[in-house]
Amino acid sequence: MRTIADGLEREPREAARTQAPWIEPASWQVTETRLEAPGVVTLGLTPDEPFEFLPGQFNMLYVPGIGEVPISISGDPASTTRVLHTIRDVGPVTAALCKKQPGQQVGVRGPYGTSWPVAAAEGGDLVIVAGGIGLPPLRPALYQALSNRDRFGRVVLLYGARTPDDLLFPDELSAWRARFDLDVYVTVDAAARAWRGDVGVVPELVKRAPFDPAQTTAFLVGPEIMMRFTVRALRAAGVGDDRMYLSMERNMQCAVAMCGHCQLGPFLVCRDGPVFSYRQLARWLSIREV
Amino acid sequence: MQHTLEPLLRTQKFFAGLDPDHLSLIAGCASTVVFPTDGFLFREGDPANTFFLIRKGKVALEIAAAGRGAGALVIQTLGEGEVAGFSWLIEPHHWEFDGRAIERVLAVKMDGTCLRGKCEDDPRLGYELMRRFAGLTATRLQATRLQLLDVYGHAHDR
Repeated sequence: MRTIADGLEREPREAARTQAPWIEPASWQVTETRLEAPGVVTLGLTPDEPFEFLPGQFNMLYVPGIGEVPISISGDPASTTRVLHTIRDVGPVTAALCKKQPGQQVGVRGPYGTSWPVAAAEGGDLVIVAGGIGLPPLRPALYQALSNRDRFGRVVLLYGARTPDDLLFPDELSAWRARFDLDVYVTVDAAARAWRGDVGVVPELVKRAPFDPAQTTAFLVGPEIMMRFTVRALRAAGVGDDRMYLSMERNMQCAVAMCGHCQLGPFLVCRDGPVFSYRQLARWLSIREV
Repeated sequence: MQHTLEPLLRTQKFFAGLDPDHLSLIAGCASTVVFPTDGFLFREGDPANTFFLIRKGKVALEIAAAGRGAGALVIQTLGEGEVAGFSWLIEPHHWEFDGRAIERVLAVKMDGTCLRGKCEDDPRLGYELMRRFAGLTATRLQATRLQLLDVYGHAHDR
């Protein structure tokens, strides 16, 4: 049956496995855990065989007897033997995952979903905008861009969190800030006086960031409200709708376009996303029922 | 020859596109100032007869909150090219927050009393400034609304 989505222009995808079939979860060993912020843990998992993924893709992580959740891969795509997932404890499955210890097992199937068009952004400026737990799905794209740094103009990271204590990857943020070839702007919604950084919302950072809007590709992940306002700011700056990409989150259950729980207008986020161009999503983002 | 800050003001985004005659009038109310780290540009409750165009550095808008965050919470930070202060325009002309330099700040200080007088004398100038400050206020209000939404709160239950 032809769907509305079929009538929309499909974006070129870098992901080769967006239609991946359901597969039995493989059992991967937890080899490292790291508390990133209150309630946020990064699990380092070791697959039985080298695992390849594209920036922006996710895995379904399974805890027997509790359930399964989609979690973006947050590590370096160049690393095929150590796969990182950064998880926020928001419910029974994620709580169980956050409590995992080295030596324990996690069920994994994937990778699923579309990816950030990092290669398509080459030749121009790349602006990466993350809010809260939105940084982990973008980190692989940043790693990929930095490993091919000479192929881009300016590379800019705009990152916002609730408070300074909620900032993820603080050591890495410091290292990124120290680089001469990466512009990093960090802001928080609220802070005590000891905080010397910015306080304010992520869309306000767009005005401060140095980039050439006509040559800019932007990747955004964060709460939808934040993304909508950031899109407005980027559009006001002159970035084109077809150069902005968003990673969307819905109630993904199967990851293989079977169950329909993750429907977003004419799309199934697990199959057609999670990475969409703003042009694809524009008409659906502000509809309350969607 | 009399020194004027008109060339400097012309480079400020906030005054972009302003009628040269109006810019000349405004420059008559301007002076340059420097604040060291942790110096206060203004204090809550004090008479607000100035505003600042930040040329370099960063300013935190703070509110005293006893027992929280070392006695003060930061509401917003302002940086290069941004305007700090619109209480000079709105009665009763008292600062609503503290403005503290969180790094060394170079700014243009505008004498609000002087400007208000010029706006009374020249309603076109008054309208133009009011229009720009209304835009600034609306942008800040929108940002504040977004902050209040606490968008990074938990959205899932899995």
